[in-house]
Amino acid sequence: MLKRVLLFPLLAGLWLAASQAQARLVIEITGGVEGAMPIAIVPFSGERAYDDPLSEVISANLARSGRFAPLERDALPARPNRAGEIDFSRWRGVGTDHIVIGRTQAQEDGEILVQFQLFDVLRGVQMAGYSLSVPPQRMRRLAHQISDIVYERITGERGAFETRVSYVAVERVEDERMFRLAVADADGHNEQIILSSRQPLMSPSWSPDGRRLAYVSFEEGRSEIYMQDINTGQREKLASHRGINSAPAWSPDGRYLAMTLSRDGRPEIYIMDMRSRELSRITNNPGIDTEPAWAPDGRSLVFTSNRGGRPQIYQQALQGIRPQGSARRVTFEGNYNARARFSPDGKSLAVVHGEGNRFRIAVLELESGHLRLLTDTGHEESPSFAPNGSMIIFASERHHRGVLEAVSVDGRAHQRLGARRGDVREPAWSPFLRQNN
Amino acid sequence: MKRNQAGLVLGAVLLLALQGCSTPVREDAADVPVDERSVGVDPRMVDDGRTGVETGVFIDGEGYFEGRPIAELMEDPESVLSQRIFYFDFDSSELSADQLAALETHARFLIANPNIGVVLEGHTDERGSREYNLALGERRAQTIERLLSLQGVQPEQLQVISFGEERPAALGHHEEAWRLNRRVELLYSGY
Repeated sequence: MLKRVLLFPLLAGLWLAASQAQARLVIEITGGVEGAMPIAIVPFSGERAYDDPLSEVISANLARSGRFAPLERDALPARPNRAGEIDFSRWRGVGTDHIVIGRTQAQEDGEILVQFQLFDVLRGVQMAGYSLSVPPQRMRRLAHQISDIVYERITGERGAFETRVSYVAVERVEDERMFRLAVADADGHNEQIILSSRQPLMSPSWSPDGRRLAYVSFEEGRSEIYMQDINTGQREKLASHRGINSAPAWSPDGRYLAMTLSRDGRPEIYIMDMRSRELSRITNNPGIDTEPAWAPDGRSLVFTSNRGGRPQIYQQALQGIRPQGSARRVTFEGNYNARARFSPDGKSLAVVHGEGNRFRIAVLELESGHLRLLTDTGHEESPSFAPNGSMIIFASERHHRGVLEAVSVDGRAHQRLGARRGDVREPAWSPFLRQNN
Repeated sequence: MKRNQAGLVLGAVLLLALQGCSTPVREDAADVPVDERSVGVDPRMVDDGRTGVETGVFIDGEGYFEGRPIAELMEDPESVLSQRIFYFDFDSSELSADQLAALETHARFLIANPNIGVVLEGHTDERGSREYNLALGERRAQTIERLLSLQGVQPEQLQVISFGEERPAALGHHEEAWRLNRRVELLYSGY
């Protein structure tokens, strides 16, 4: 077993970038206001003193979810900052169901005190009220937390705004391609490059604590699996066997990493114990077995196999980290279904569904076997669920450039996240970054 | 394809000499000074002193293949080794029959040059999922590996690497680019 900790990996053509990049993904909402709930996010008093006015970030978040239609700033009938200033009849008059108000106040210690309240306009009652103190550089993150609270109080479902997305950005610099492993906030802001290489980077996979990424790097001329702490930059090579080392997937409890190795001559699924680094083989089949993904309960894996001739999704039950019984095929529609990812509730899978030259994202309901297509351009791959299951982010292509897109699971809301230059692909939505209280 | 006439004649002389002479001609190829223009034929003639027949020694090993310097063969787009990319159908790792002859030439070359290694680099087009394609690229390279091994190439000479869809030969999102990208490239060490 090759095991190495690289603290300062200045290998040829490869470096870690700790500095914050200027680049960010540009979000464009491309569909899905129909049926969304009207809501008023009133500008917070004093918010203009900061780079990212809270009300603007919150409005953009809620709009992106497809569940809310925030009122345009110009359409607000008033600008209350305190509960006593709200005339509910005026807000009912503009057809809004909910209103969010707030205020900011600089503290002597340099932190900002932010107070906000959410009201049900029809009944005229407060649904949430919080008072929080943060340093100025965390204002944007606070806006995501407020968005999560508003979203959860109204929909009953946990918000996923305070999350991140990892992806691979590829840019052609002169005659060479530069591969960058990036981490950004779920709204595309705050993009940071955690690894750059002249050789391909692939398959980012989040640890369940959201602090580490496992991924595949070709920096030494072939595929190898690495793990990297996104905050410290510390990296470790996890798998460097003969053949391919690919498709890392963390178990829900973080104790194991499933992966594809062809060290015995053909691609098979293995599980690595992250403490002992010991491997146990899960599949044993002459075909291709790859792209493992864990069920949220950790008791089974799904993977892609062409054992039946064409790639289809199979499910293997586990007893601990040993296979239990034989793998069961779960996709039957069409002749290309690959790279499945479980929904957080474990009831469905997002897959890449191929028909001729068209590859689209589909959701398979496991119990009924019903397959529902979610996208329609035909260049889609790499689906990844938001940790609350509300949306799926995936890679697509627009005007011959790789872009990321997100679609709500009901197919209504749709948005595109494009880089200013080059291609972006292989998005992986992070887990929740905090325990739900 | 050009052939060196002198080489053919000398080859024939060598054959006659071997048939008519009980003493085998032995030469250490490494010791033979080779003029690049001699195209594999040792310019020195050996007189065994009894028959008066001059025999030529045909060098075909170090640095040469089928009468031509390897470096030159690798450069020449008309040469027998010029086809170093083999193509595949979508989601397939089977080599079509019309490409087998070209691969056999590579097998002969590798058998004749056991010190030369080749990297078999498998690739796919962009369609479908990336990790599956990484495995598919390896399958394609393994097909070439298996066919070369069956002809007698030593396993130590062969190394399989897959890049999946990560290193396309042709850019573009259409069948012509895809066709060029579903491939295994033979990369000879040192050439």
